Parts: sequence; structure tokens; C-alpha cells
Amino acid sequence: MLMNTVFYVSALVAILSTVLVITRVNVVHALLYLIVSFFSVALIFFALGAPFVAALEIIIYAGAIMVLFVFVIMMLNLGQRSREEERLSLEPKMWIGPSLLAGVLFSELIYLIVYTGNTAVSSAVEITPKQVGIALFGPYAIGVELASMLLLAGLVGAYHLGAGRTSNSSSVTGDKT
Amino acid sequence: MTATVPMEHALIVAAALLALGLVGVLIRRNLIFMLMSIEIMLNSAGLVFIIAGNQWKQPDGQVMFIFILTVAAVEVAIGLALILQVYHHYKTLDADAVNKLRDQKT
Repeated sequence: MLMNTVFYVSALVAILSTVLVITRVNVVHALLYLIVSFFSVALIFFALGAPFVAALEIIIYAGAIMVLFVFVIMMLNLGQRSREEERLSLEPKMWIGPSLLAGVLFSELIYLIVYTGNTAVSSAVEITPKQVGIALFGPYAIGVELASMLLLAGLVGAYHLGAGRTSNSSSVTGDKT
Repeated sequence: MTATVPMEHALIVAAALLALGLVGVLIRRNLIFMLMSIEIMLNSAGLVFIIAGNQWKQPDGQVMFIFILTVAAVEVAIGLALILQVYHHYKTLDADAVNKLRDQKT
């Protein structure tokens, strides 16, 4: 019963903070609200009985990926001009059409979920990291191989894009082409 | 100790997060905001996998979430590197400014 309250409160916080993410004009404010959103989704995972994934969400999403965003924002050095542009592009005639269309899609999703699904109650069982590890390195071993190749491709691609032809900044790697 | 909420409520939260991410991609023109909205949508897809995996008491949902996490990390790394390149070339993050592939006659 306590965990039900945890679920509903963190769901509310997740949705509210996500609304704040997509309406901020300052990039750093949006990023901080995005971290709050990820934390509350991690709490939802924990309440649903997936503690390993909750820890991964905090470590990788709210930790590593957000640090990447912070570094890029620091390198770009966006100032007052960017905030003014964002404020101009967020007037109602810009966002009301896309919001209506997305709202129609959302209500269709709600209809499909509520009126055509079963009314099963979420299971009260916790899936331990041991089970996840056995499944990950057993039947899904080929997926782990593919993920490692994807990470290698991402590493090579990010290195090529980041250290390649940055014209006006001296490359820290020293091997500019 | 886990929550015993109806599956619909959890799925509605995931659908709301997906719709909000879609709105974010559509209404923002700053490339960093668009990338953050794509992160929100990927996260909501992972939430659906977790809900379904726990509904049927199988670890497969969490395995799929780990794969989604991998894809999100790679996508952010490549996307941010591309954003840095775009900013170096155009001195702005406006997605409308990146139109070198546009047909010149229009």
C-alpha cells in the first residue's frame, strides 16, 4: 500500500517535471528538470519491483548521459541571445498545433490501454538482478555482442565527429587532419 | 515489497511521457531540446518494457531496458558531437538554420 503511494506520487512528479523540461527557455533549467524526471522514473521502476534497473537509470541516465549534456552546454556557452530566441519561438501559435495533434494521439493511446486491455493488477514480485544477469548472458548473449558492436561504432563515430575538423579550436588530441 | 497498481495506470504514465516527448520534439527548434525530448521518449519506451516484464514476472523486460539504455547512450554521444559540429559551422543551434540540403529553387 505504501508502494502504491510511492508509485502515484513519483508518476505525478515525472509528468510535471517533463512538462517543465519542454517549456523552459533556459537549457540548464530544462536539464535539471530532466534529471528530476529521470529520478522519479527510477522511483517508478523501484516501486514496480525492478531495483536493478532503477539503479541503472540513476547511474547511466541521470549520471553519465546528463554529464554529457552538461559538458556540451558548457562548451557551447549559450547566452542571453539563445534565451531570447527560445522565448520568441515558444509563443502560443507555435506550440498549440503540435500539442493538439499529440494530444489526439495520446487520447487514442489512453483509449486503447483502458478500454481494450485486460484489468490485470501488476504483479507483486520483485525481479532480482541475478535473474536479469542469467537472462542477459544466457539467451540474450547475441544481444550483448550486438550492443558491444553498437558501442564501438558510437565510440568511433563520436571520436571522428568530435576530434576531426573543428576548425577554430586547437584539438586536444594533437592529430588533426 | 512492490506496488500493486493496475497495469493501465503504469501504461498511462508511459504514454503521457511519450506524448510529452513528442510535443517537445515538435515545438522546440533548439537541437539540444530536441535531443532531450528524444531521451524522454526512449525512457518511456523502456518504462513500457519494465511494466510488461514485471507483469509476466519475466526478466526479459529488464534485459530489453538495458539494450535501450545502450542505444540511448550511443545516440546521445553521436547527437551531441553532431550538435557541436553544427554550432561550429552555423554559430546557432536553430534546427531551421541547417538547410544546406534544401532545393534552391523553392
